[in-house]
Amino acid sequence: MNTVYIPRDSSALSLGANQVAAAIAKKAAARHLPIQIARNGSRGMFWLEPLVEVATPHGRMAYGPVTPEQVSSLFDAGFLDGGDHALCLGLTDELPWMKHQERLTFARVGITDPVSLQDYIAHDGYKGLRNAIAMAPQDIVQQVTDSGLRGRGGAAFPTGIKWKTVLEATAEQKYIVCNADEGDSGTFSDRMIMEGDPFVLIEGMTIAGIAVGATQGYIYVRSEYPHSIAALNLAIKSAYEAGYLGRGILGSQLDFYLEVRRAAGAYVCGEETALLESLEGKRGLVRFKPPLPAISGLFGKPTVINNVISLATVPIILDKGSAYYRDYGMGRSRGTLPIQLAGNIKHGGLVEKAFGITLRELLYDYGGGSATGRPIKAVQVGGPLGAYLPESQFDTPLDYEEFSKLWAVLGHGGIVAFDDTVDMAHMARYAFEFCAIESCGKCTPCRIGSTRGVEVMDKIIAGTEHAQSVALVRDLSDTMLNGSLCALGGMTPYPVLSALNHFPEDFGLLKKEQAA
Amino acid sequence: MHDQQARIKSHIESHRHMAGALMPLLHAIQDDLGYIPEECYNLVAKALNLSIAEVHGVVTFYHHFRTKPPGRHVLQVCRAESCQAMGCTALETHVKSALGIDYHETTSDGTITLEPVYCLGNCACSPAIMLDDQVYGRVSPQQVEHLLASAREVS
Ligand SMILES: NC(=O)c1ccc[n+]([C@@H]2O[C@H](COP(=O)([O-])OP(=O)(O)OC[C@H]3O[C@@H](n4cnc5c(N)ncnc54)[C@H](O)[C@@H]3O)[C@@H](O)[C@H]2O)c1
Ligand SMILES: Cc1cc2nc3c(=O)[nH]c(=O)nc-3n(C[C@H](O)[C@H](O)[C@H](O)COP(=O)(O)O)c2cc1C
Ligand code: SF4
Ligand code: FES
Repeated sequence: MNTVYIPRDSSALSLGANQVAAAIAKKAAARHLPIQIARNGSRGMFWLEPLVEVATPHGRMAYGPVTPEQVSSLFDAGFLDGGDHALCLGLTDELPWMKHQERLTFARVGITDPVSLQDYIAHDGYKGLRNAIAMAPQDIVQQVTDSGLRGRGGAAFPTGIKWKTVLEATAEQKYIVCNADEGDSGTFSDRMIMEGDPFVLIEGMTIAGIAVGATQGYIYVRSEYPHSIAALNLAIKSAYEAGYLGRGILGSQLDFYLEVRRAAGAYVCGEETALLESLEGKRGLVRFKPPLPAISGLFGKPTVINNVISLATVPIILDKGSAYYRDYGMGRSRGTLPIQLAGNIKHGGLVEKAFGITLRELLYDYGGGSATGRPIKAVQVGGPLGAYLPESQFDTPLDYEEFSKLWAVLGHGGIVAFDDTVDMAHMARYAFEFCAIESCGKCTPCRIGSTRGVEVMDKIIAGTEHAQSVALVRDLSDTMLNGSLCALGGMTPYPVLSALNHFPEDFGLLKKEQAA
Repeated sequence: MHDQQARIKSHIESHRHMAGALMPLLHAIQDDLGYIPEECYNLVAKALNLSIAEVHGVVTFYHHFRTKPPGRHVLQVCRAESCQAMGCTALETHVKSALGIDYHETTSDGTITLEPVYCLGNCACSPAIMLDDQVYGRVSPQQVEHLLASAREVS
């Protein structure tokens, strides 16, 4: 019986994957061809979705992007046995996009059936947990520290050090919280893991629980991700049934319970302390730090809070050892980063590579340039609070410290490309507007500054009181940078000032006037 | 009305013992009724040992929760950066004029409520929209009109 793979990833669904799956099932039945349809995660080549793969003796053969209308001709071409067709792309693993990636965290995404525990185990799943169960908690934390893994939510704080703080805190209850709020525009790697390999996140959280002595975990998922929530709940159910969650995990003395909680559409709830407030059933107001969540987090108890990718990277570290992971990367940025190419880009999708690859390689070798075919004028890296980079900075390698030097951030690894029709003054205005919409309102620089920022940008765009307005944007940005409680207010100046500094002409300034 | 109250009470019963019960409870109510009626605040408050003001504060803080019934379909248009890079501003203008409403409004026939959204995680397929629970990628104004027309037919 032939197996046909059609992704269940929500981006693939957004392009009609369910309709393609239905057409294939119907056509196979009509032709009396016994097939098995597997709904995998996405390989991350979204310009080719819906991407249909068939298992052949040489590996999986890829066809895409497939529409329901083309299904009949695929059968005529004998695609079930890898037959040639205009949509045939060759063996998936041989495609240049796939071939040169270093998929560690994403090793299984697109390959396995995401909600099949058997499939997960058959593809090296739960090896890390088995190792962890046999280790002392201090040794698990040490492995994670030695791997060099830093928080992939954006702030890049060393994960092992955070865990050590929680391990050393004494309390009768501790928590593991997964930050799956993924609010940044241009990012979808958390979503792809939750939909494409939910067990790896569950395993990572279970290991975290064992490492720090926490028995309860929560995954806080944004409400915009219904498919992620569904996949996680299915996977959690199977993990409980098979003894990978609950009381006495795998016959040990260790317990770990896990639950999914739904967010409710507030960007600021991705900020860790606002997230904890929300989990407690309150408004998502940012808390003062200290105390850090590691000391006093959920319900006042020591809490590990980590991003999806940070937690989903832990199993491979515990499976293959810290050195294996640490050997990828450059400088103090160790391991790999799941990079997301988005916006005006010909080939958008997910590229997992060791740190050190340049923006130019990503934008042109992987991305194929802009979708519109026009020059790429700017890219925003690291979400709505990240800086805009001009073409002259495209040779920067992806590395936390190299980006800091440019007054830019890598954040959660999202790259949004804009062609030369973008007006950067409008993007600066939008950055203020977004901050005003999403501000939790706790501090004045953010709450008032962002609204003032929109008004001032309107003046700049209209060309009234021009010089004073530009000066005011700089003043406001300064106040927000220095006076905000959290990075929503504190980093909104990154997109604003980088747009102003790199593209002064869009603000009605000549290049040399910009210093004013 | 009576039925509504019974349903709210049953959601309260099945959620009140959870840790941090308020958010899951509000979700359950909105999933069931389409919105969170203000009349239920005191029931919720009493069950969770909160003040009515606290419940009100939480409901109004989160963009997702609504206190008025929406139209039969909810259309969310993504207006975040990646979708802007692929022309969502023109799409927004088109949709608003086709429906004759602005964001946070419902068409006079009660079929469509229009909402902005800031990223659907579909940024490699921008511009993106969500109609009820289904995301669509690389959408054109024509496709949105087509989707809306079929939504109106079945509703
Ligand atoms: N992924 C997204 O969707 C998204 C959205 C917005 C912002 N961000 C990112 O969020 C970042 C800001 O996050 P932040 O305000 O949480 O940063 P932060 O620097 O305050 O904290 C980073 C993490 O390290 C922990 N930490 C810091 N010092 C510690 C210590 N001594 N011991 C133990 N733990 C310690 C913190 O609790 C936190 O978990 C920004 O850089 C931005 O890139 C991400
Ligand atoms: C406004 C704001 C929004 C944030 N949103 C997210 C988010 O959606 N996902 C995330 O993992 N971290 C987000 N963060 C960062 C978290 O506060 C925190 O640093 C992170 O969850 C820690 O996990 P990590 O160490 O594994 O990265 C946000 C921070 C701010 C200031
Ligand atoms: S900076 Fe903005 S979002 Fe952050 S605490 Fe202050 S008001 Fe709230
Ligand atoms: S920015 Fe529109 S889907 Fe992400």
